[in-house]
Amino acid sequence: MNLYDIATKLDASILTPKLDLSRQVHCAYGADLLSDVLAFTRPSTLLLTGLINIQVVRTAEMAELGGIVVVRGKPVHRSLQELACACKIPLLRTRMTMFESCGRLYQSGIKPCIKDPGCECNVCPSV
Amino acid sequence: MSAPLCKKEFFVQEFDFEHAGKAASDMRKLLMDYGFDQQIVRRLAIAAYEAEMNMVIHGFGGTLIMEINFEYIELVAKDNGPGISDLKLAMQEGFSTASDEIREIGFGAGMGLPNIKRCVNFLGIETKPGQGTVVTMRVDLGPDAI
Ligand SMILES: Nc1ncnc2c1ncn2[C@@H]1O[C@H](COP(=O)(O)OP(=O)(O)OP(=O)(O)O)[C@@H](O)[C@H]1O
Ligand SMILES: [Mg+2]
Repeated sequence: MNLYDIATKLDASILTPKLDLSRQVHCAYGADLLSDVLAFTRPSTLLLTGLINIQVVRTAEMAELGGIVVVRGKPVHRSLQELACACKIPLLRTRMTMFESCGRLYQSGIKPCIKDPGCECNVCPSV
Repeated sequence: MSAPLCKKEFFVQEFDFEHAGKAASDMRKLLMDYGFDQQIVRRLAIAAYEAEMNMVIHGFGGTLIMEINFEYIELVAKDNGPGISDLKLAMQEGFSTASDEIREIGFGAGMGLPNIKRCVNFLGIETKPGQGTVVTMRVDLGPDAI
């Protein structure tokens, strides 16, 4: 599924219209704890979060995430949109709660964030 | 020991959440420009960012120093903060002294130091209560690193 499909499923608005949303998303992680995101995601993971501060984009940048969905319709400051754009991290916002957003994506086949069977790195989680 | 191939310093301000993460971000861009392997860059970026946030949140600010050597890339996060009184406890997943305000912005899970350990090949922490903390991290460069 690509990020356009995700936006449709979650009835989400796209806050970084200039970025390429055709990239594929296979797994997602829902969290409001950024160190958990850094520990338990792998590259291209979609993050669902209630956080709307600058650090959420920084975290996505370091962990090379595929995109961020802000849940529960929280107001997103312009500076966050600009940083996301500069860091090339697609940013979406949905009115749905964390629970409903995760549920809908899971139902559509998005997987939890677990290690690739063939991956031998010691960074991505082995849950 | 031979001189490093490249050395860069980044300054980190205490409680400046607007710019926190900038040092790790700049360092990451530099490593990408040099063309290092993506997995190595990701490990270093995550370790640098965790160490930077610890200096912002706990260490009264500090300096992040990156050195590229032939065999490894070294990051040193150095601060003159309060130090860590029980390092063994601080290394445990879930241990945190962060305030509620810090938790509200998404930090304080007590996962930062364990995260760093997972990302690097070598982690050394020197700290003394009242005298600051020096976190040394190294990621080995294999033959395919660049
Ligand atoms: N540079 C530092 N100076 C002083 N104390 C530190 C420093 N780095 C870490 N600590 C102490 O060690 C504890 C554990 O650090 P760690 O990074 O693992 O977790 P955290 O920063 O509290 O939360 P998280 O990293 O998950 O956001 C901190 O809560 C703090 O008490
Ligand atoms: Mg930390």
